[in-house]
Amino acid sequence: MDKIIFTKFIINPKIFWSNFFLLGFFMLIGFACSHYMELEGHHVTGMNNQIVWGLPHIFAVLLIVIASGVLNIASISSVFDKKLYKPLAPLSALLAISFLIAGLAILVLDLGRPNRLIVAMTTYNFKSIFSWNIFLYSGFTVVLAAYIWTMLDREVNKYSKFMGTFAFGWRIILTTGTGSIFGFLVAREAYSTAILAPLFIVMSLLYGTAVYYLILRVISKYHETYISKDILDNLKKLSTMFLFANLYFLALYHMTNMYIAKHLDFEIFILSSGGVYTLAFWLGQVIIGIVIPIILLNSKKLSSNMVLTSSSIMILLGSFIAMYVIIIGGQAYPLTIFPDHMIIESAFYDNVVHSYVPSIYELGLGIGGVALALIIILVGIANFKFLPTMISSPKSIDAVDNTSNN
Amino acid sequence: MRLIMKDRTHLTRREFIVKSITAISAVYIIPDIISKAEASKPLDAEVSPKTKWAINVDVTKCVDGCTSCVEACVDENGLYGFDRPETDSQWIRKLRIKDIKTDKVTTLPMMCQHCENPPCVDVCPTGASFRREDGIVMVNQHTCIGCRYCMMACPFKARSFVHENLTEQVTSAPRGKGCVESCNLCVNRIDHGSETTACEEACMKEGHNAITFGDLSEPDSRVSIAIKTKSSRRLRADMRLKQRVTYSGF
Repeated sequence: MDKIIFTKFIINPKIFWSNFFLLGFFMLIGFACSHYMELEGHHVTGMNNQIVWGLPHIFAVLLIVIASGVLNIASISSVFDKKLYKPLAPLSALLAISFLIAGLAILVLDLGRPNRLIVAMTTYNFKSIFSWNIFLYSGFTVVLAAYIWTMLDREVNKYSKFMGTFAFGWRIILTTGTGSIFGFLVAREAYSTAILAPLFIVMSLLYGTAVYYLILRVISKYHETYISKDILDNLKKLSTMFLFANLYFLALYHMTNMYIAKHLDFEIFILSSGGVYTLAFWLGQVIIGIVIPIILLNSKKLSSNMVLTSSSIMILLGSFIAMYVIIIGGQAYPLTIFPDHMIIESAFYDNVVHSYVPSIYELGLGIGGVALALIIILVGIANFKFLPTMISSPKSIDAVDNTSNN
Repeated sequence: MRLIMKDRTHLTRREFIVKSITAISAVYIIPDIISKAEASKPLDAEVSPKTKWAINVDVTKCVDGCTSCVEACVDENGLYGFDRPETDSQWIRKLRIKDIKTDKVTTLPMMCQHCENPPCVDVCPTGASFRREDGIVMVNQHTCIGCRYCMMACPFKARSFVHENLTEQVTSAPRGKGCVESCNLCVNRIDHGSETTACEEACMKEGHNAITFGDLSEPDSRVSIAIKTKSSRRLRADMRLKQRVTYSGF
């Protein structure tokens, strides 16, 4: 009979500190890049008055979407009572909190006036989805902290199902809010549709599961963590389901745009004539991000570990390109100010497809944000008991469920 | 003791100069300060919701190649750029457009359209992007955090983000790095009692009279008359933003 025993991340101190300092180095580079951008102004970035949101936003939105998604594992365990995932649940919540903090850090550090964060935290316009998101994001960290507490402390463990359900509801609303940042932009043809909210939700489910698996794989290299075949099979099924759901909503989004006459030109742009954006859509978002992972996940020749690792890497790569297509591609297409006219001359680039080449500072900030997430995870698992020593079959976990939490 | 005591009946040269300058200052500078203080009184008064500031552009009068409105805006608001057109601020720009059906080419100025339902105000998280009771849509430079969400939301690409350190701001138009800005209908001039914006004034000086500014609530205002005499339309009327900037003649 197996027990779930949660332990700290036991790792050779040399490996821990070398990873800690490496991540810390990238984090500092991120801060330095942000500081330079603030001192010099955003003209040192690739962003301009045409492409107003750039690489930092790709990183930030992706990390926030992933933050919501990695909570899948905990949600399945607590909300849907899948005992199979119970040993993996606390780590899932830690990852969620880490990615959320990192995403928010990038978003704040890219502001024109990051020193006015206090204004953003104290002055609200409740008609703005951005304002709501400030509450949703900061509230989510509190909810997650409470959820982790109920999962890890035996005395309050009885509340973990309630907190899990609460966190599940919160994350669905949170990702709806993130998708709606774009969905509520009525002026831009790429956005202006409520379908973006459910699309972002399925993207979060897919990306979060992939990221969770990859991080678990890395941890298991250093820490004895046996992942049972049941879990691997289940993760494969889940990922396949999320991939098809993603494909469905993506197709629905583009079909809707094609049906709306005034959005048709944008659809032609993104699907066929948009150059780098079209290539990114088909090759990156669709083929690398969805089609290849579906094929891999249903391959009988490769081992489950291999299948999940390779498909997760592909999904992650596709997720980044998907954000590029949504955020940059959506802005690159010029606004239709005169539906019956063609703009033939403008000093403000009204009549051209905008180009965007990110600067090294934006890349530095983005990578710094990812390093921040990973360093929180590293310190978290090294100091608190997040990791199960044995991840075993559901039956045996069922049998010891009442006595298991250490 | 007697030797070091000053003779108070005569002024020293230094005292003479100091007192003379003080007297001249009192005569010339103080009245000027007082008159300025009086002129700024309307700034303290609440903006009346009865006032409806608006602009009408008659595109048939707008001359191709003329950029006097743009230059006047730059001077009025100190929008001196850095020769980086992708990041330099533009509050007003000239466009040449061609009718898809008739191939007729038109030129017109494009600026913030001062919507009654402004998307930029809806999306701003801090309320820095706001609409005054008199219809002027502008940015509070003290509470803008530089998120640029308003720029994403604006259907007319009317807003600019200040991408670099500024050194030549004018006192009448506070601007700063890291904030978003746009045409504010020369709010400083209007609040000081002016009846014209810099762009309208420049257009009139050129003798084109394509831009007409005024208060829509007054039936005899220039803008009311302009709209009455020639039918006008709002850009992207399908969005129902009820802009206060309208265009006639196309």
